[in-house]
Amino acid sequence: MIGIGASQIDLLARLSNAAGVSGDESAVREIVLAELGSSPVKCRVDALGNLLVTQERDPEKGAPRVLVAAHLDEVGFMLTHHQGDGLFRFARVGGVDKKSILGKRVIVGREKIPGIIGCQPVHLAVGEEKTKTIPLEKLRIDVGAEATARVKVGDRAVFGTEFKQQGDILLGKAFDDRMGAATLVGLVKNPPPGIELLAAFTVQEEIGLRGAGVAARNLDPDLAVALDCTPARDFPSFDEQTENTRYNTRLGRGPAIYVADGGTISDPRLVGQLIAAAEAENLPYQIRQPGGGRTDAAAIHQQLGGIPSVSLSVPARYLHTPVSLALLSDWEAAVNLIHSGLANLQLEDIKTDR
Amino acid sequence: METYLRSILQELVRIPAPPGGEQELRNFVQGELEGMGDPMAVDPLGNLILPLGKVEEDLPAILLSAHLDEVGIIATHIDDRGFIRFTNLGSLNPGYLLGSRVRFLTGTEGVISAEGSRKSKRVPDMSKLYIDVGVSSREDCPVRVGDQAVFQGPYRDAGKRVISRALDDRIGVGILMDLVRKMSKNRADLPHRLIFVFSVQEEVRRRGIGPAAYQLKPDLGLAVDVTSTGDTPGGKKMEVGLGGGPAVKIRDQGMLADPRVVSWMIEGAQALQIPYQREILEGGTTEAANMQVSRSGVPAGCLSIPCRYVHSPSEMVDWNDVEGALKLLENLLARPVPLLNS
Repeated sequence: MIGIGASQIDLLARLSNAAGVSGDESAVREIVLAELGSSPVKCRVDALGNLLVTQERDPEKGAPRVLVAAHLDEVGFMLTHHQGDGLFRFARVGGVDKKSILGKRVIVGREKIPGIIGCQPVHLAVGEEKTKTIPLEKLRIDVGAEATARVKVGDRAVFGTEFKQQGDILLGKAFDDRMGAATLVGLVKNPPPGIELLAAFTVQEEIGLRGAGVAARNLDPDLAVALDCTPARDFPSFDEQTENTRYNTRLGRGPAIYVADGGTISDPRLVGQLIAAAEAENLPYQIRQPGGGRTDAAAIHQQLGGIPSVSLSVPARYLHTPVSLALLSDWEAAVNLIHSGLANLQLEDIKTDR
Repeated sequence: METYLRSILQELVRIPAPPGGEQELRNFVQGELEGMGDPMAVDPLGNLILPLGKVEEDLPAILLSAHLDEVGIIATHIDDRGFIRFTNLGSLNPGYLLGSRVRFLTGTEGVISAEGSRKSKRVPDMSKLYIDVGVSSREDCPVRVGDQAVFQGPYRDAGKRVISRALDDRIGVGILMDLVRKMSKNRADLPHRLIFVFSVQEEVRRRGIGPAAYQLKPDLGLAVDVTSTGDTPGGKKMEVGLGGGPAVKIRDQGMLADPRVVSWMIEGAQALQIPYQREILEGGTTEAANMQVSRSGVPAGCLSIPCRYVHSPSEMVDWNDVEGALKLLENLLARPVPLLNS
């Protein structure tokens, strides 16, 4: 078993706290680059900002070229108009949950200026203000008049959430997909034997998987795995009568293997590989409920002449809101599953009839 | 009249092939066509590729595609009483699902019903539907999350027309298989190379054909697929109807067909006195849309078989349209294509 030690948790904390709204991933990329600085790998950043990492040593002859992708970017905001007095109109970048943003702290721009998505004190609210979700057009990011000079239209903003650990519980923003990025850093440092690992830390996933396809064409792999973080909606039904049939994934049941989502029908041979590895290593796993949502695999599998692909996610509650909750034990199982699932993978394993 | 196409179609519709689950059907097609063309290949996504014609010369290549897959469903949850929740693979109307029978690739069959009273006239949302396979607990349910199923339904050849599940696009697959059979006899005389692609995952926004087209680098692309019609009571406004001949696609939601490909087919039909229809389809598209934008662009078009009740358990096509399409393609593809030789 690969354990997750203090340094890996610290890496996740730094990645989670860093700001990396789609299109402005450099702060996150820098953390990954620094982390891989002493490893025997070749790092390059492509035209879009994807960080492509290959091993320095020559691969074994006939070893499959395996692309493992995790995205650097997170959902957030962009300032669109200064109304004066430090109040900025803003747009969402990616699918931030509109209902969850009122009254939250944000960090604006590369200078990390603190701000707040302001809201009316409830005892002064009148009429519908008390009960209705306020539309985005009526919300502002307020940085205060004094900070105006250090903030400009086009700056991105992220939630100002600090990472916290409490035993098995991990709380923080942007676990989607810093969890995947942290896993991939670990995988690059300790690559599975018998394969040629091609790691892609991709950009712009949250706004339509715009980075991953480019990375896949560049690396031209035999097969691919997207490491991501997927919602767990494993709540009891509040009437306590009906069964929750749409939970996507459940916390504490291990990493989620994708059979089909809104963008990819996973390669059944790769699904089989992961399940077999989980069972051989006695690792918990779950099948993510087929349905909507997509990962970088959706872009990757259709590149070039077709790239067999699968996705593997750590489940987490409250994704795309200011704070998510994941379990260290699920993450640890994911780290082990991706490592053992890829170890000694034979090209023949995916040449059998799909 | 029993033809090769009529007999093979019955076999084709019997085999389930939801998107991503085309293996059994692909193996069947591959077995049927063994030895008729150049060696066949299965690409990384599962497309079956059969080239036909002289390889040694630098001849232009025509890609012909028909998709193996059909719309299907996939299990998302088995509840504590053994009812199966599911979601769609491909575009499915809950109205067609309600009351239908489905069959999982594992062989398990079930019926689709919906939460709540059945007296309601409203068609429920997909999330309210479930499959009952006749068990009473989760433990007894033979279906697992991720298992795929397709519509069940008998094949009925009504002489002039045929009613069956999965005619979208087994009818296209059957036409291409018959073409391979017919054209393989004179393959040495072909003025171009033909590359037949029996493709996967068309019903989930055409994910299979793009990589195949990328790899095969055709000079002309042609999809053979079904199209909907405007000839049913209170149906939508559409010029295409059953029995009017194969439909030459001019435009759909995803493609403006190459006008040279359109006139190549129309002039061919006129010369051969095959009835044909001009098709404008406002909803939906075909694999030709993906071929057209492959690499640096490919002239592309589509020959459509008019089909009623598309994506239902009982689709319907007219044999005249099917036979017209086959005759047209057989004649057009035996001769040099003006577009490729100018």
